[in-house]
Amino acid sequence: MSNIIYYVSFIILGIGIYGIVSQKNLFKQLISLSIIDTAVNIFIVALGYVEWGEAPIYSAITPVANFVDPLPQALVLTAIVIGVGTLALGSILLVHINEKYGSLDPDEIRDTREVVE
Amino acid sequence: MRRVWAILVAGVFLYFLVGQFLPIIPTFGNVDLFTRVAFDIINKSTTTNYNAVEFKKSKDLEDGSANVVTSIVVNYRSFDTLGEVSVLFCAAIGVGILASMLKSKKRIEFEEHKVLMISTGIVLPLILLFGAYIFIHGHLSPGGGFPGGTTIALGILLLMLSNNEFKVTDVAKHVEQSAGAGYVVIGLMGMAIGGVFLINFLPTGVVGNLFSAGVVPIVYTFIGFKVGAELSNVISDLREG
Repeated sequence: MSNIIYYVSFIILGIGIYGIVSQKNLFKQLISLSIIDTAVNIFIVALGYVEWGEAPIYSAITPVANFVDPLPQALVLTAIVIGVGTLALGSILLVHINEKYGSLDPDEIRDTREVVE
Repeated sequence: MRRVWAILVAGVFLYFLVGQFLPIIPTFGNVDLFTRVAFDIINKSTTTNYNAVEFKKSKDLEDGSANVVTSIVVNYRSFDTLGEVSVLFCAAIGVGILASMLKSKKRIEFEEHKVLMISTGIVLPLILLFGAYIFIHGHLSPGGGFPGGTTIALGILLLMLSNNEFKVTDVAKHVEQSAGAGYVVIGLMGMAIGGVFLINFLPTGVVGNLFSAGVVPIVYTFIGFKVGAELSNVISDLREG
């Protein structure tokens, strides 16, 4: 029962995978990728939790170290920024696809390409 | 049919993760920090002997920032952060190029609203001030260059929503370039003074003071400016089309 946060992140990961496979709209697939990103971040941060640990900041409330593992948090900080970059670049690519083919559905895009060729 | 397949694929992934992966990782909260690298980093003694750090008392440590995550991001793994900033830079450039290649140049116009315009004038300086506070106090409190820069960019977004004439000028690009160059220059200065790229060459001071932690606040200020200008550019590229 103590592993419930792992299960939460797995379920969010499952939702993301379900979204990628079931949805036909490319933008919805991109958002699903973003959801998977969030799930992985939750999982990595949860790996560093120490029982009764505080946030890893020396302050007036916690003058001596009684901290959770700060290394996963630093890595997740990197991952969040990369996620923002991926989302921005992916969405502008989708704007291009929509301008060229008039649709974001992979099947319709394939049909349009065959007609053009 | 598609949904059935989707449920099957997601179920296989979940089965693999729960059945094969969960047994080999430690249970939640049951982590032995002494065996991990983070123990040395928390006590700021990766090269010296173990010494307990105390708030407002310990001084002249190898890294003086009170926020341990900041000390990892900007001090121990600073080269990694330089790469991360470069990735964000590449993404912003890609968005700019792709947005300028669009054939239909349609600018997104919003409906101007009196209440939003006037309240933006009141709230915007506070948002910018708060963003600057976040990245200046990045070594003392939660936050740092990336959240601070994002807050500033969100202030710019609010300005765009309220005012149709507002445009992000080239100043943002110049700020971004000089801030990115400043980060590299700090790294090269560390190389000239300490012999290692991006080494912390300034005195680290007492843990918990505003003027402590050597180059960490300087680097985080650069990152804050860079991320703020970059994300404003991305937002404006997506809007101008």
